[in-house]
Amino acid sequence: MGRFHRHDDGPAHSHDDHSGYATGIERVEVLERIFDENDRLAAANRADLAAAGVWSVNLMSSPGAGKTALLRETLVRLAGVTRIGVVEGDIETSLDADRLAGFGAEIALVNTGNGFGGECHLDAPMVRSALPRLPLADLDLVLIENVGNLVCPAEFDVGEHARAMVYSITEGEEKPLKYPVMFRSADLVLINKIDLLPHLDFDLELFRANLRAVNPRVATIGTSARTGDGVDEWCAWLISRGARPARR
Amino acid sequence: MHELALCRSIADIVRRTAAERRVVRVHLRIGELRQVVPDTLVYCWSMTSAGTDLDGAELVVDRVPARLRCPDCGHVSAMGDFPDFGCAACDGASCEVESGEEFLITAMDLVET
Repeated sequence: MGRFHRHDDGPAHSHDDHSGYATGIERVEVLERIFDENDRLAAANRADLAAAGVWSVNLMSSPGAGKTALLRETLVRLAGVTRIGVVEGDIETSLDADRLAGFGAEIALVNTGNGFGGECHLDAPMVRSALPRLPLADLDLVLIENVGNLVCPAEFDVGEHARAMVYSITEGEEKPLKYPVMFRSADLVLINKIDLLPHLDFDLELFRANLRAVNPRVATIGTSARTGDGVDEWCAWLISRGARPARR
Repeated sequence: MHELALCRSIADIVRRTAAERRVVRVHLRIGELRQVVPDTLVYCWSMTSAGTDLDGAELVVDRVPARLRCPDCGHVSAMGDFPDFGCAACDGASCEVESGEEFLITAMDLVET
């Protein structure tokens, strides 16, 4: 019998650890992924959305990159074209949810400071708690506006079918190198506030090279919520992608 | 930044596995591409476990280096400080992550009570 073996009644463990004999310590092999519970609920969210014929996009960015302004322009353009629900994640306040009201979309607010311990990201259980507040059977698309943060949201699958990042050119060219996990997880990067390009020393080609280093195949669209540049293209991406079967 | 949330997930798994036994150590395997700061995780663990049935249980973190494999030429390389997923051997654009994304509990040291 080896150092590790498996009993019929439980996980593998060892008996020949001599220090263990002295102290009564038993080593039990576990091999359990820490995200298992989150990922199980994420899969349930994805299945519920797909069963209702809904395609979902997890929208992520740093604070102030322009997610909400862009989302507002998106709702204006797609009103009457496609039926949209929004899961709005914020640590505190309903300010962003209020800014999105009145454009024909159904909105479910998740304040992560309220009962979720002030989390800096949305996770699958939070989105699961929000989905019953959306009339999924009457929707085509659910946009999940994550908490503004380039670190934590990248780690948590919430049950989306695709991930879109809003990056603003005021953040500097090196962001993909500083936050490779986030930029690598994106299916689409919106290069936002593109109308500011003539006024900044921003090197768009250097940014694109940095982005390619961490995510060679990612699609990009230059956008400005202020001038409307690229917003139609972004809406077209949402609609065309939504018509396809779920990716995951 | 999300270490507190992770401690809750870890504690759930640990309690379920320990099933009334006292937990001496929890062994974790965390890949370098996981955005977890081991020192912060250990600090959050000591904070959240204090005064509970897991008080005194030690977290032992085994950090796994990031290694990339090129799907075109099969070249395997360690990822340096610069996060470049291109292949150093054949100029292939996108390597696959061979290791470095692990995040699991591998073992626990328990004492019958």
